[in-house]
Amino acid sequence: MMDHLDSLESQSIYIIREAFNRIDKLALLWSLGKDSNVMVWLCRKAFFGNVPFPVCHVDTGKKFKEMYQFRDFYSKEWNLNLVTSMCPPVSEIDPSLPPAARSAARKTAGLKLLIEQEGYKGLFAGIRRDEESTRSKERYFSPRGGEGNWNFKDQPPEFWDQYKTDFPDDTHIRIHPLLHWSELDIWRYSEREGLPMISLYFANKGKRYRSLGDSDITHPIESNAQTVSEVIEELKTTRTAERSGRAMDHESEDAFERLRADGYM
Amino acid sequence: MNKNKKKSIKLPKNQTLHQVKIAIVGHVDHGKSTLVGRLLHDTGSLPEGKFEAIKAMSERRGMPFEFAFVMDAFQAERDQAITIDAAHIWFKSTKRNYVIVDAPGHKEFIKNMISGSASCDVALLVIDGSEGLREQSRRHTYILNMLGISNVVVAVNKMDLVQYNQSEFDRVQKEVKEYFDNLGLKVISIVPIIAREGDNIVQKSKKMSWYVGPTVLESFDTLEILNDLENSPLRMPVQDIYHFDSRRIIAGKVTCGVLKSGDNVIFSPSNRKAQIKNIITWPEDFSKSRAKQGESVGITLKEQLFIERGELMSHISSPPLESNVFRSHLFWLAQKPLKVGEEYKLRINTFETSVKVQEIDRVIDTDDLSAGKEITEHLQVKRNDIAEVIFRSRSMLAIDEFSKNKHTGRFVLLNSNDIVAGGVISMKGYPDQRDLITEKGTNLYAVGHRVPVVTRVQRNGHYGGVVWLTGLSGAGKSSIALEAERLLFKKGYSVYLLDGDNVRSGLNSNLSFSPEDRAENIRRVGEVAALFADAGMVVITAFISPYRADRDRARGAMERINSEGPFHEVFVRASLEVCEERDPKGLYKRARAGEVSDFTGISAPYEEPEKPDLIVDTDDQSLEQSVDVLVQYILRKFQDFSEG
Repeated sequence: MMDHLDSLESQSIYIIREAFNRIDKLALLWSLGKDSNVMVWLCRKAFFGNVPFPVCHVDTGKKFKEMYQFRDFYSKEWNLNLVTSMCPPVSEIDPSLPPAARSAARKTAGLKLLIEQEGYKGLFAGIRRDEESTRSKERYFSPRGGEGNWNFKDQPPEFWDQYKTDFPDDTHIRIHPLLHWSELDIWRYSEREGLPMISLYFANKGKRYRSLGDSDITHPIESNAQTVSEVIEELKTTRTAERSGRAMDHESEDAFERLRADGYM
Repeated sequence: MNKNKKKSIKLPKNQTLHQVKIAIVGHVDHGKSTLVGRLLHDTGSLPEGKFEAIKAMSERRGMPFEFAFVMDAFQAERDQAITIDAAHIWFKSTKRNYVIVDAPGHKEFIKNMISGSASCDVALLVIDGSEGLREQSRRHTYILNMLGISNVVVAVNKMDLVQYNQSEFDRVQKEVKEYFDNLGLKVISIVPIIAREGDNIVQKSKKMSWYVGPTVLESFDTLEILNDLENSPLRMPVQDIYHFDSRRIIAGKVTCGVLKSGDNVIFSPSNRKAQIKNIITWPEDFSKSRAKQGESVGITLKEQLFIERGELMSHISSPPLESNVFRSHLFWLAQKPLKVGEEYKLRINTFETSVKVQEIDRVIDTDDLSAGKEITEHLQVKRNDIAEVIFRSRSMLAIDEFSKNKHTGRFVLLNSNDIVAGGVISMKGYPDQRDLITEKGTNLYAVGHRVPVVTRVQRNGHYGGVVWLTGLSGAGKSSIALEAERLLFKKGYSVYLLDGDNVRSGLNSNLSFSPEDRAENIRRVGEVAALFADAGMVVITAFISPYRADRDRARGAMERINSEGPFHEVFVRASLEVCEERDPKGLYKRARAGEVSDFTGISAPYEEPEKPDLIVDTDDQSLEQSVDVLVQYILRKFQDFSEG
């Protein structure tokens, strides 16, 4: 039987290569978090050290300073074609959204702008099914309409490694190569492959971040885990949801679903 | 369950536990989501606060505690209380890690049930004990069998509705066994449960002490999952070819068997043979000389072969079948029915071609298998139907029988870019045609020059071949070709352009513009182009060449003269409106005025290429951009990437 991490890796590489073969203008959404770092690493594996498409950071301007340092260092270290784009201010965002969701929706708006400007037809996003319940119903190749919206009621069938990759011109495709990974998988894989990790993921004065977002709407959890293997031990027994520190998920019963239907990752 | 008793399984260093993927299927309302919610709760897998959140959700809707809300995350699903799309949930027992795929039971959502279940190791079929097997229970079971999922645990739910009665359970059990036997499907265990209360899910039921078998969780925990794919013959569909550096790397996933450097392999359906040089990895691991089932790999070959995406690599000693006709068992997902004579795009792994429906053998009534109803009066397969259909393709296919090889014995069909069907292949009544083609190939190799192709390639630094431009008058073929020729020549290419001007005046000076003579014109151009290509040159041709048959013949000429000489059909695409507006020679105007007869696009047809190797869109693109697309393509396809 194939090793579990090897099998996750292989499936992701297959999906990444499939996207590269079938979709014209591709880019990778690099949020600088643990998941998208794994995604960048998998692309390098898939293409033998190259990342043959731009790597985009949709910037809210409110990330932690450690994240910016990480971005600037590793985009050079890994020889990435980095594209950054700034999100519009919160005043331009739908005021009917709860405050944190409204703030998070800036990223959706920034993303839409980027797609418009660069004409990307396919975007790699590092979301996972186990993160959150609407993501658990996602496809590997997930079409987004002209407005970036997600029609979750009628998704294309996907089986036997066969994916729908041709869509009308106003549609772009989100490609989710990490969909089948769990949070623990990401950590174990990062440990095995020796991937760098932003220091915020590790405990400082009894607290660490489990999921990274904007500094004003992301909260740390109580933890003493200071190394990758300590984080792994912690995750084996935790019963707290990964995104519990992300305010926009929890403001109302369907807050996050609304964000995603509108085009959030 | 006592948490302190949980033991983690010791694994060798760097080794992680394989997780078992369970598909949960069954008729709508038979309680799948509830069972999953309960399973998560009873194994302590619910995140903190989820239980309380669901309690609040249930109260807001004025209903008793609803475990199904764990899974039915979407607002729409909560309100309608049905599952739309398959959800994935992780949990673990003391023995194993699991992923559950909760598939929708509603008939409308069968494509989602398939999307969710296809990659699962085992299935859990949930049946309402008071209702027994229903339409979707049967259909789902039938599809599971087609998906190759042969391990099924059956949970007979809602036993409280039949007063925990053993004879009621026995009745359902008998029904289930009969149905499974007819399909040749194995039941692991049939468990009476009450999902809402948790009876026989993780803990034994006190109310049904007559039941002595395993609980649902025990059934999965004790299941042995075998992987026999490693012992199957090697199959690796070519996914892509990369040349980021001097290496030409063939990328693909080993779907079964084992691959080693030094292996002698054959690519089907082209039947080209080669030897594996290296298995390429990044970061570099020079000791990697073996890749097994499931691995996405990159390889290099000792020989320089033109291999394309879609070819199926195997060992020479155990190749796949080759045929242009096959029998299938399929499920149909599209609104528009499948009919005899219709054409669809066929995909087997990375291979793609078009196929025609030759015959619909029978549409299967999943309710009444044994009768195997033949429905010959209306020859069509409707949405969610399962049928036996025979397909024929124009080109040769490399396939396996599903019973012999799961991954290469199945296919999907596409209609206008949508996946509309999935099916499995059987060759009952049809021969393997591999020998027929192989013989033909041998004869071709017998006619050989004293200067081998590879020597010409080495001297020129590129391969010889034909780049066949086709498109409407005014689409830009000649302009693009002239400029491409100039640029490639500058790069040191042996390149030559054939167009109307240089063949009409000499070689074809005895030909008129009658339809017959036009066909002869194209035939001669095809033959000449093939000879030039065989001499090692890149030949670009710029003719309208409106008929598929003529272009196919030109391709045939190339294949006949040099079976390895590449022929690339390039569709220079522009809309008729744009061409007419451009009208560089004033011909459209004259055609509209009736002064020119049989004018392509106006009074004679233009048959677009079905599967061009490249499309150059000139409607919105500048001449420079179009030339660049073509030149880059030629560099990519013709460059000699061999080392040294």
